[in-house]
Order: sequence, then structure tokens, then C-alpha cells
Amino acid sequence: MKITLTFITAILSVIYLSDNDGPVLQEPQQEEFQIQKGIENNIFAEDNEKCLVCHGEPYFEITDTATGVTRKRTMISEYLINRDEYYRSNHWSFACTDCHSYDLEVFPHPVSARLEEPYNCNDCHGYDEQYAHFQFEKIQVEYDESIHAEIEGFNCWKCHDPHSYEVTARNTDNFEEVILYGNNICLDCHSNFERFQLLTEREETKIVEMHDWLPNQESHFRSVRCIECHTEISDSILIAHKVLPGDQAVKRCTECHSSDSRLLATLYKFQSKQFRADVGFLNGVILNQSYVIGANRNVILNVLSYIIFAGIILVILIHVFFRIIKRV
Amino acid sequence: MARFYVYPVWIRLWHSLNAILFLILIFTGISMQYASGERSFSLISFEKSVAWHNVAAIILTFSYVVFIIGNRITSNSKHYKIKKENFWSDLFTQLKFYSLGMFKKEKHPFPTTEDDKFNPLQKISYVLAMYVGMPVIIITGIGLLFPEILIRQFFGVSGLLITDILHVIMGFILTVFMVIHIYTCTLGDKPITLFKSMVNGYHEEHD
Repeated sequence: MKITLTFITAILSVIYLSDNDGPVLQEPQQEEFQIQKGIENNIFAEDNEKCLVCHGEPYFEITDTATGVTRKRTMISEYLINRDEYYRSNHWSFACTDCHSYDLEVFPHPVSARLEEPYNCNDCHGYDEQYAHFQFEKIQVEYDESIHAEIEGFNCWKCHDPHSYEVTARNTDNFEEVILYGNNICLDCHSNFERFQLLTEREETKIVEMHDWLPNQESHFRSVRCIECHTEISDSILIAHKVLPGDQAVKRCTECHSSDSRLLATLYKFQSKQFRADVGFLNGVILNQSYVIGANRNVILNVLSYIIFAGIILVILIHVFFRIIKRV
Repeated sequence: MARFYVYPVWIRLWHSLNAILFLILIFTGISMQYASGERSFSLISFEKSVAWHNVAAIILTFSYVVFIIGNRITSNSKHYKIKKENFWSDLFTQLKFYSLGMFKKEKHPFPTTEDDKFNPLQKISYVLAMYVGMPVIIITGIGLLFPEILIRQFFGVSGLLITDILHVIMGFILTVFMVIHIYTCTLGDKPITLFKSMVNGYHEEHD
């Protein structure tokens, strides 16, 4: 089947390709020189290892200095740091003590240090020229209005783990990666009841069943992020943070499948702002990665179809006219 | 008056079903193609269009299979055989009749007989519609109904895009075919003569 379809579609694709200058997807690099991420480039890596010797392993050892007895204990998942993810994350270059108290260098950790309030995003990123383009202040406003803000104990870290979070939408032209990464953030709780029930007493969400109404569910899940439908469109920030209650999520197909598709204000927002060669398609930017019925129409083909159809109707009307005149 | 039985029951049933399905598919297809958020143009809502289009398309696929099998096991296929000799001149003769001859009350250059019910223009258009247009629109339609079977990217272009464009172009061509087909069906002895034939199975023609 794949071979047949490939063959059938080959001719058109060649025609299309000849006219496609390709997109400009990535944000222009703001700095010419960027240090490569990785443990080898973190100058605090050796110091960090003092923490990661326990927090980087599934098990740690604790010794009673009085008796000399040593026992192996499991590190609870919330305090477990994956080295690879950490040194790949946005915060890869940090020392643990940049954010955590120096008192935690003592083991066993003193209770006062363990009860420290973790930083919030805006404690570092807010009202700072260096991070102004991320618009953290506006993100905070949207978050405060979201359904998540109503949940006790919810904070930025529930979605954006500071030890692993990576900015994806701005840094890649691979939309599959952006979509998968974004959706996994939601699914971390919404398809993991153990985590979910730590924050709410709501019943378990069954993602697949709840989206039964969605045609080609798998294709939708692969092609768009949850937030495309589950957030209110934001005019100013790149990724909307006002997560809506489930019953207010988008369910009308034409929100996306239309000439004024909301995908241009959500998933393709960043790319929409970039230059892109116009190949005669409505909402052509979507075509870089996908194709949305109703949103992507070829203007040239549309006009051509109107002309052909009008011509045929005209010929028929002329024929009818002469049939009436000649009484045939 | 000549009267031949040229449209057996199965052909008439298939043809009626095909006509209804074509109309549903055209209206729902246009609604999807021109879907709009607020300034709604759609004849039917997008959601209903998708559902009706899918159901009608599946039935059409089965009815197409019935048509192919029916043509194989009955003698109906003989009417679709195109003669190579005089192909272009026969087409031109038929076109000339429709554009000039019929107004001069000339005789049909290719009158309907029990062994040859279609004129050269009908033959070529029906063969192209049924043996080229229908397979293309069905295969691309299956691709759109089950997008997971499509190749994701073909030389950097979405397989879905290419498939859909092919589907929409063929849908337009078949819509044009249907409009012309319906109009030419009014060219019998009387405007309704040929429509009656599709109901009772008999072709009627005055001498």
C-alpha cells in the first residue's frame, strides 16, 4: 500500500518541491558562540558529584557513626537526578549550591536545610533583561489564571523539572520532538495516576477514552501538543500557560481545520513569525511539518477550479440556449 | 420507436446508489475543503461532514468493488471496450454532433444498440472515470482515512499533503464529470427520456 501511494503521489511532490524554497524555522542565534552542554563543560561537575553520589543513583548508603552500621536505602524518585538529563538541561552549567543551601553539603542533611523553599522561575528569570524575551512575568500571569494554579502544591517544577527541562520549540526544527516533549510533560501526571493522585483527589484521567470523539486520534496525538486545545491562546507569549479546565478545551474541528486555524497562534506561532517562502498555500507554514485539512488550501488550484467550473457551466448554458432556440 | 433493455437491475441499483453517494461526497467534501472558523461557508458542519464523508466513501468503495465484479461476471464490460481504430475521428464526430449536428436535427452518429449502448464520448469518459478516477480517489481516500499507513515525508513534503491534493483534484474532476454527465443525460429524445431509462432499464428512441 505504501509503495502504491508513494508512486501515485510522486509526480505531484516533484512539482511541489520545485517551488518550495523551504522554511526558516530556527530562531536566529543570539550569540555567535555557545558553550556545548555536557558534564565535561560544567566547571562545578566535581562539586556536584558530591550530591549526585546519592541523588544521582537509585540507592544510597547511610552509616550510623556510633555503631558503624551501614545500610543501603532507596532514593525516592522526587529527589533522584538523572545526570545525563541534568547536563543536557537548560540549567546544565549550574552548581547544585547555586539553587540549594550550602547546608545540604552536610550529611545527613539538617532539617532546616531540607525545609528550604525551592526557588520559583521568576526568582531568577523574572524582571531580568537577559531573560526578557522569554517573558516570564507574562507566563506567571497566565499560570496564575490557569486550572493548575488552583491546585495546592502545584508550581512551575511540576511541569518544568529544573533538573531536566530543556527549551525545545525555540531550538529545533523537528516538530515531532517538540510535540513529543511537550505532551510527555502533561502525560507525566495525566497518564501516571501515582503522580496524579499526589496533587489531586480527582478520578484517574483516561486520556485515550476521553478523546474517543477525536477522529484519527493517534494522528492528532502525534501532530499536535495537548496545549493546542487545552490552553487559551496567548497573544504575547510563545507558549500559552493558561491551562483550561477540561470542559473548556477546544472541541470544534474548525478551530484548527479552517482557513483561520488556531494552530498558527499555537504550535506554529513561532514559525509564523519567521520568514517563509509562500508556495501558494493558505497557512503554508504548517506544510513544513504537517498538513491540516481545511487549513491548507492551494490558492492556485482553488482559482483554477473556479475558472474550469464556471467555464463548464457557461458552455452548458450556451448549449441549453441553442436547444431552446432550435427546439431540440 | 426503438426500445431496448440495456440497463439490467444490478446496474440500475448500483448506479442509483453511486449517484446518491457522489452527491453526499461532493457536498461534504466541499464543506471540509472550505471549512472556516467563524465566517462559516460550509454547507454542513465540519464534524458532520467528516462522519458522512467517511461512511459514504466506505459504501462507495464497496459499491465500486461490486461494479468491477459485476462487469467481470456479466457481459456489461463489453460496453466499455474502446475501439482503437477511428478513435479520435469517432470522438470528433460525436462532439460535432453535440455542438452542431443535433441542432440541425441530424441523426445520432452512434445510435444506442443492445450490443453498444454508449457512444465514443461516453465510453472514454466512463472508462476514465471508473478505471482511473475511481481507483485514484479510493486509494487516496483510504490513505486519508488511515493516515498512519501513509509515508510521513516524501522528499521533504508531507505524504498527507500530496495524498490530499491528489484526492481533492480527482474529487473536482469527478464532480465536473458528474455535472456534464447529468447534463448530457438530458440530451435524449426528451430531457427526461434517459433518466427514465435508468429507472425502467429500457432505452427508447424515436425513429
